Amino acid sequence: MFAAFLQYLFSGLTSGAIYALAGLGFAIIYNASHVINFAQGEFIMIGGMASATLVAAGVPMPLAITLAMIISMAVGVALEKFAIEPARNADVVTIIIITIGASIFMRGAAQIIWDKEFHSLPAFSGEIPIAVLGATLMPQSLWVFGVAAVVIVALWWFFNRTMFGKAMLATSHNRLAAQLVGVGVKKVLLASFALSALLGAVGGIVVTPITFTNYEAGIMLGLKGFSAAVLGGLGNGGGAIVGGLIVGIAEALASGYLSSAYKDAIAFVIILFVLFFMPNGLFGKRGTDRV
Amino acid sequence: MNFKTARTGGLALLAIVIAAAPIGFSNSYYYDVGVNAMFNAIVCVGLNLLIGYAGQISLGHAGFFALGAYGSALMTTNYGIPPIGAMVLSAAVVGLLAFLVGRPILKLKGHYLAMATLGIGIIIHIVLKTESKITGGPDGMSVDNFSLLGVTVMGDRMWYWVAGGLLVLTVWLALNLIDSPVGRALRAVHGSEVGAEVVGVDTSSYKVLVFVVSAMFASVVGSLFAHKNGFITPDIGSFFHSVELVTMVVLGGMASVFGALIGAVILTLLPQVLAAVEQYEAMILGAIMMGTMIFMPKGLLPSIVASLKRRGAGK
Amino acid sequence: MRDLVKWGVVAVVATGVCSSAGTASAAEPIKIGAFLSATGPASFLGEPEKKTLEMYVEKVNKAGGVLGRKIELVVYDDGGAGDKASTFTKRLIESDKVDLLIGGSTTGTTMAAVPLVERAQLPFISLAGGVNIVEPVKKWVFKTPHTDRMAAEKVFADMKKKGFTKVALISEDAGFGKSGHDQSLMVVKNYGIEIVADEVYSPKDPDVTAQLTKIKNSPGVQAVFNFGFGQGPAIVTKNFKQLGMGVPLFQSHGVASKDYIKLAGDATDGVRLPAAGLVVPEQLAATDPQKPVVSAFKKEYETAFKSDVSTFAGHAYDGLQIALAAIARAGSVDKEKVRDEIEKTSGYVGTGGMVSMTPTDHMGLSLSAFHMVEIRKGEWVLSD
Repeated sequence: MFAAFLQYLFSGLTSGAIYALAGLGFAIIYNASHVINFAQGEFIMIGGMASATLVAAGVPMPLAITLAMIISMAVGVALEKFAIEPARNADVVTIIIITIGASIFMRGAAQIIWDKEFHSLPAFSGEIPIAVLGATLMPQSLWVFGVAAVVIVALWWFFNRTMFGKAMLATSHNRLAAQLVGVGVKKVLLASFALSALLGAVGGIVVTPITFTNYEAGIMLGLKGFSAAVLGGLGNGGGAIVGGLIVGIAEALASGYLSSAYKDAIAFVIILFVLFFMPNGLFGKRGTDRV
Repeated sequence: MNFKTARTGGLALLAIVIAAAPIGFSNSYYYDVGVNAMFNAIVCVGLNLLIGYAGQISLGHAGFFALGAYGSALMTTNYGIPPIGAMVLSAAVVGLLAFLVGRPILKLKGHYLAMATLGIGIIIHIVLKTESKITGGPDGMSVDNFSLLGVTVMGDRMWYWVAGGLLVLTVWLALNLIDSPVGRALRAVHGSEVGAEVVGVDTSSYKVLVFVVSAMFASVVGSLFAHKNGFITPDIGSFFHSVELVTMVVLGGMASVFGALIGAVILTLLPQVLAAVEQYEAMILGAIMMGTMIFMPKGLLPSIVASLKRRGAGK
Repeated sequence: MRDLVKWGVVAVVATGVCSSAGTASAAEPIKIGAFLSATGPASFLGEPEKKTLEMYVEKVNKAGGVLGRKIELVVYDDGGAGDKASTFTKRLIESDKVDLLIGGSTTGTTMAAVPLVERAQLPFISLAGGVNIVEPVKKWVFKTPHTDRMAAEKVFADMKKKGFTKVALISEDAGFGKSGHDQSLMVVKNYGIEIVADEVYSPKDPDVTAQLTKIKNSPGVQAVFNFGFGQGPAIVTKNFKQLGMGVPLFQSHGVASKDYIKLAGDATDGVRLPAAGLVVPEQLAATDPQKPVVSAFKKEYETAFKSDVSTFAGHAYDGLQIALAAIARAGSVDKEKVRDEIEKTSGYVGTGGMVSMTPTDHMGLSLSAFHMVEIRKGEWVLSD
């Protein structure tokens, strides 16, 4: 009984960590710009596809991974520069449609540049499952947990200990005031997109050995990442992590104990319930409505 | 030009365009695309009341559309209820559902509301997909023709005129609603909710009202779509369809009845036009969406009208 | 990638040449319309189908066409959505005025087109697996792939032979897996087998160990049967190995492509599945009439596209061959005559097996068209 529960938990943690990494990207951009970037899933796809196809083409893995991260960041910067920056003062919904358009564009480009087939990466530390109290866990899942943890620590350090990170936080609190004290708002926006694209690529690379990837892989990851970010409270990095883990674990426990056909529905019901009682997510700031 | 004349002029123009368009239709495929465009337009005019006027986003309206479609399909096939009755009953059920979920959901703001409506749409989609004994599952189910008072609506030409008539009626209704006290209250909600409340507008009731109305619009069109197509799959209730509907509204122009209509028509025609360049379809579609929103952030129609006005003032 | 562009260009040029040649000479081209799921969740099926149709139409035209007329192929991508399939079917019938229709990569898109082709009275060959496409028989509708029911029957027969009576089912909740699941439940009793656990996953789930753990803990499970295509079955297979399930794993024909082995790696060792002779041409008996056909098709496809052939490409090949042969026998594109000739298809040896249609059987394949195949060290091994 306990072994089964532990296995459900591992399953949930594996999915949850993947969702959490996706959710973090949403949180960073939202923090800096109050934009929800619906193309976040595509950054993940680009990271996975670029690294997988490069490795398949014979490029050594570390180099392939680095290149994939650079490609993804370049795409993130281009997206900000050419699509978000010119429309910075538009309505929230308008910017949402721009990012949705961008995600469709990137999927279209990916199927032409690469192909429509599934690709995989070799697992970083082999494929021998680790037994824990009767349950098993793949080494690659540990990589996902580890990378997620490193990312959280790195982000915390960046936002709280570096000048530039603090400037980004300041912009998120009050754009005008930040500008008045000399923070380059444009630069901050650009950096936030580069950072979340990088994060997406990292996520895409570590999860590809588990989930595989193809040009449409970003749709589901984007959707789950958005759910994770909203559940945790928008703009709160830690919240996105907790949100992702809750969604993943809820799905796994639902398939274990209730119904696997309705596990996704059950996860959404949980999100709805949380929002009914905590309209700003689990850790979100209370919004104030200006008159 | 004041609002009243703009309204009558716009309605008349719409009727003329609908009546004249078939001159260019060489076969019933064109009528079919025309019907789809007008069906989408009706849903979008309804959805625009919510998004454009009340300022509330919904990423779940395809769910209501699908419920209307499946409601009609199941009631007519399994219980022998006449199509019109099934359509009204489905819309009533959808309206009730929207009312029940609307109250708690519409307390949410911005992206949280988007998330909640997204969740509801996805849950509906999952149910339709999973309960295959009732709905036929992902492979879909077939639907009988629509008939009323002994007349069966059949063929794309006939559907074209039915859809055209309904579209004119819908636009007329929407324009009147916007011009009514309810419409003014809605715009106040959009401008500033707190402000609206201070001057005595019961904002939450109005928001729920518009949510219910727009969901019922979607449901009715879903019913008609099911009868017209003769076959439905759960995909009509998918998250992609919801996003598509919102895109139509925003692209065409929020808070503009005719804008939503134009957005719906363009985005229905675009995939048909782009089918020729197949491989690049997604890239071009994405680029058009981004380009339009970057250069016309208020949407096509309002931006064009504004630039015409500027040019007129310059002379 | 470069091949894709090349073929795209060839196809465009070919269409251009065809239409200009058509107006120059008296013979109008024969128009074949296709709607396929080249993108979207079923692109796994639609993409190879599209490539195959384009390649063979080109080939037939180079050899002079059919009845001295060139073939013009019009393909639309329905993205796997039923409503789009319906609109494109109308477009092909009304606007492009095609003489024959191929397509519907999935059962859903096929069924969306069925009422339209029946009304328009146009011969239609579907490439989808659902048994309800041809049962009950529809006058104008035919199909080339084995049904999902046949796949289930083949697997259950194999399980029975091995003495299994209690098995678990794990299927994908999208079209292919869902209808396979429903068909499995329908036929399983005929084999004296009981489904003791019935689990479901979404095509894009990152992990299904929860579902498999539940199966593992259901008492008496002797084997597991997975119904799905795309990355889902590969994840199931990997998780299956991770958990050390200790029972045999059966897959459906949905994974009968090398991609599956590539993705799931050595976890596929010992997996059994029903598949057409196409995946194991060199292992077929020398006397097998299928041997030359599938060997040639596999070679041509793999040289042209530098990717492994899948059974889905084969469905499109069979559909096109059956259609062209029927048109040749009919001596014209008269719809009624072509339809009758398709129905009279007899002894056609295709990639899926021997096809003999009758007025009551619009698929014409028997269970013997399927072989049981086992994966050993990353290779398909015939194991009937």
